[in-house]
Amino acid sequence: MRNIVFAALCATLPTLAAAEVMVSDPWARASILANRPGAAYLTLESDIADRLMSLETPVAGQVMLHGTETDANGVARMAHIEALDIESGTPVTFAPGGMHLMLMGLTGKLEEGSTFPLTLSFQHAGEITVEVQVLGIAATGPEGAE
Amino acid sequence: MTTRNISISTLRRSLWALTGVAALALGAAFLWQAQTPHEPTGPRITGEAAITNAYTLTDHNGRAVTANSFGGQWQLVFFGFTHCPDICPTTLAYMAQVMDELGPHAAQVTPIFITVDPARDTADVMAAYVEAFHPRMVGLTGTEAQVAEAAGNFRVWYERAEDASMPDGYSMAHAGHIYVMAPDGRFVDVWLEGDAPAEAFAADLLTLIQSTGSSS
Repeated sequence: MRNIVFAALCATLPTLAAAEVMVSDPWARASILANRPGAAYLTLESDIADRLMSLETPVAGQVMLHGTETDANGVARMAHIEALDIESGTPVTFAPGGMHLMLMGLTGKLEEGSTFPLTLSFQHAGEITVEVQVLGIAATGPEGAE
Repeated sequence: MTTRNISISTLRRSLWALTGVAALALGAAFLWQAQTPHEPTGPRITGEAAITNAYTLTDHNGRAVTANSFGGQWQLVFFGFTHCPDICPTTLAYMAQVMDELGPHAAQVTPIFITVDPARDTADVMAAYVEAFHPRMVGLTGTEAQVAEAAGNFRVWYERAEDASMPDGYSMAHAGHIYVMAPDGRFVDVWLEGDAPAEAFAADLLTLIQSTGSSS
């Protein structure tokens, strides 16, 4: 019995130790014109319920979470999301035409082929920094997805 | 007792006065609202008969154009603005992809991007923007009134949304449809990016182009 409990504990321990948010496929679209907000996309997944509190990057003055809501009439409105709740085991995907990270006050145009760091702050997982790939203006998803 | 009565009636009077002020304020707000132009009033997709390909605008080369300037061409018309980070570049890239899918038939199609934010989207801005997407793409701008007229004719709803966190303190909410107009200017169809892959849209267009191929 004790062994079973021990085994169960062992089995859960690595999961607990690895309880963190996975940030995958971060990418941004190259800028067309200077002084325009940029958009970046990624996928978040967490073992435990967590909350994305804020984002930061040296290439932009501010990073905002935006949902694009398109209603039955095809009218697109951007909705500012203050903090994003992540349920355990349910990936949250940011994608064109849906949720996006809006990069305000870019220090320069985002050039295709370049990368920039993006730091995400989570309530439980703390800070996670990823390198965001800048893809072409016609990109519709992360590299290798198509 | 008398004192109390007076104080109550004073209170009552001041309350009525306050109510009067509130009523006035409400009336003023209502009048202000009524005077604020919000035409067109809401999303209206009322069927093909209501959508007319009519406008007088300025193209990205600074030339005055009307809908007739693109007569003889199939037209894909989309309304948006260049400060739009997500929907507009996504839709314009989709239109460009449709053009690429058309191969040589793309020569019979003109993709048109009409700004709903003419204050910032001048002809020069539109030129730099549309050229990034497709060599055949045309950018159109104009006065606020010309843009409102164009959008009204296409039954495209848009609205300036004040938002301090946005560049210049505002953003534009707008309908994201792509209108397919025939070479004779007639409205044919409407598509929405995300509803169908570019290949499907292109295949549909190709059928249309070939069905009227000799006439255009």
